[in-house]
Amino acid sequence: MTGPRVGGLAGGLALVLLTASPPARLPAQDTNAIDRGVRIGIVYRPGVRPGMVMLPRKGLDSVRVMVARDLDYSDRFEIITLPGGDSIRLSTASPSGGATTPRGGRPRTSASSGAGGGAQSAIGSLNYPLYQALGADFALDITAAGDTTIATLHDIAAAGVRRAVRAQLPAPGSPDFRQAVHRMADQVLQAALGTPGIAATRVLFVKEGKVYLIDQDGAEIKLVSSTDRQAMSPAWAADGHHFAYMEFQAGKGWLYYQDMGTGKRTPVSTTGTALDFTPAFSPDGQTLAFSRATEEGTDLYTINIKNNCCLRRLTVGHFSDNLSPTFSPDGQRIAFVSTRPGLPQIYVMAADGTDQQLFAPFDYGVTGSSNAPEWSPDGQSVAFHRDVAGTLQVFVLDVRTRTVRQLTSVGRNEDPTWAPDSRHLAFVSDRSGYRQLWIIDLDTGRIRPLLQQSGARLPAWSPRLSEAPSTTP
Amino acid sequence: MKSVSLLLVIGLAAAATAASSCGGNPPPAQPTPNADSAAAAAKARQDSIDAANAEAARRAAEDSARIARQREADSLAALGRSSEEVRAMLAAMIHFDYDKSNVRSDDMGALDQKVAILQANPDLRIRVGGHCDERGSDEYNLALGNRRAQAAKQYLVSHGIDAGRIETQSWGEERPLVDGHDESAWSQNRRDEFEVISGGDNLKRPS
Repeated sequence: MTGPRVGGLAGGLALVLLTASPPARLPAQDTNAIDRGVRIGIVYRPGVRPGMVMLPRKGLDSVRVMVARDLDYSDRFEIITLPGGDSIRLSTASPSGGATTPRGGRPRTSASSGAGGGAQSAIGSLNYPLYQALGADFALDITAAGDTTIATLHDIAAAGVRRAVRAQLPAPGSPDFRQAVHRMADQVLQAALGTPGIAATRVLFVKEGKVYLIDQDGAEIKLVSSTDRQAMSPAWAADGHHFAYMEFQAGKGWLYYQDMGTGKRTPVSTTGTALDFTPAFSPDGQTLAFSRATEEGTDLYTINIKNNCCLRRLTVGHFSDNLSPTFSPDGQRIAFVSTRPGLPQIYVMAADGTDQQLFAPFDYGVTGSSNAPEWSPDGQSVAFHRDVAGTLQVFVLDVRTRTVRQLTSVGRNEDPTWAPDSRHLAFVSDRSGYRQLWIIDLDTGRIRPLLQQSGARLPAWSPRLSEAPSTTP
Repeated sequence: MKSVSLLLVIGLAAAATAASSCGGNPPPAQPTPNADSAAAAAKARQDSIDAANAEAARRAAEDSARIARQREADSLAALGRSSEEVRAMLAAMIHFDYDKSNVRSDDMGALDQKVAILQANPDLRIRVGGHCDERGSDEYNLALGNRRAQAAKQYLVSHGIDAGRIETQSWGEERPLVDGHDESAWSQNRRDEFEVISGGDNLKRPS
């Protein structure tokens, strides 16, 4: 290396670049007004995340912007965006390869996109020392070769290509385009970190009595409930192709099971005689647990959703209500809300209704109502909301230690739902002045709005949607 | 008194017949003036009784006709107005404290009125709808609204109304009566509503 000269250049460029586009990060917001004796649970570790340089190119801007945003929203990278121009992308000093492009900075699409040995010719053209000086661990180069889009992930420290992700993307604007790009972003994340991403996921929610679907990046809002009757409590099946929800009808609450692809909806058998609500699928998709309000109060039931049979009662409340079931990811247990201590609190039982016990500890007469539990996909946590000083805040229960930590403190925050990575939660908050959907990353505390529309509530985050919802029944 | 007088007259007539039909000795001749005067007195007495009875009957008939005419004259407007008042009493909402489902003592009078209306109108069937304010959890409020509807139903049933005449429903916080985000709105939204399912035409006022 030519050491001082290159270093000085890189340093100067870095100063310019960092001034031009500082890392877009919101500070962790929920640091105030935590109740006495409650430790806020956010561990904020700035600088720990690997840097990811998004290489500028001509063309494919919509794909590049989406992938960059997906990687940013994963909260696993510091995204470093370079201004356009190959003078920055390409090395000024090419000590080893001497493979600087002779074509006056025109992007070399086919040559740089080859995997394995083919990529070698591109390696020498990247200014790895510069990116390293910028704090980057990875560089992502998105190019096109014919109808194939190629995302080439460079490992800066290794000064080589980690992986080239290829996809034949639908045309921008076509219905499957965005999900295909999101899947590409997830593959890049997987290649970089060995962890699956959450870009190709969606969130169901309720607004003005109707169920909507929205991509996790806030795009493509779509109405999915099919009647004008008031709907509540959407819930995903683990296959990502079906969901259930409750609808008010003729003085009762009905449960419906709906195919996401075809929109075909089926009433769940035995409903329509009572107020049935808060449906939740078992992980194997065979069982739907739900709450039923009758003269005796509200109790939990299960029904076989595949055969629409075999109604089974799990709780007998008498003088208490039992509601809002959520399965552990192994299907063995159900967390739920029970008012047996006087106020609603979080309980747990075996999936057959036995061994009912308190789950989230509380101080009798001090702790407020706790509601809306959702078991994390990794099984380690249960998110819920709890009344703190007259408003609601999001908490997380550690399943192993049975300790709770408070995640939010700004405004009213409720109805948390886990992303499939078990580190992001979507929830409802009025911190901006009206109730809307937000997403918090538990590792960094970063919070971003998912949907900037008033009145959205009861979000339900999908599992990973590896393919477009199928149209097969 | 009237029937006693009648029996007396019949008794006298029977006695006269028995005396005249006895065999054997001819009956002693009764002094005719006496017999005439007795018969005349009985007749006069009977006439007087009959006249009094007729007059009483006529007056009673007149009274009932007059009342009937009056009722008939008033029936459409007055009964209709009365039915509306009864309907309003029936629909009067009751309210709840935050996160509570017990019937408040200041609402028991309103429920007692509904008991009386349900008793006076045996064909009447109603639905109780339980509602919550926006402060609690959305889904928990469905359970709470159910408790509130059941609380009113149990009150009515414990006061003698057949449970089969009362349906219940919970709306949670989905149908606020008043928009607003303060206690004045919330306190109005924490309520039970009462609506007629059937038998609500021309509701009778409880006696």
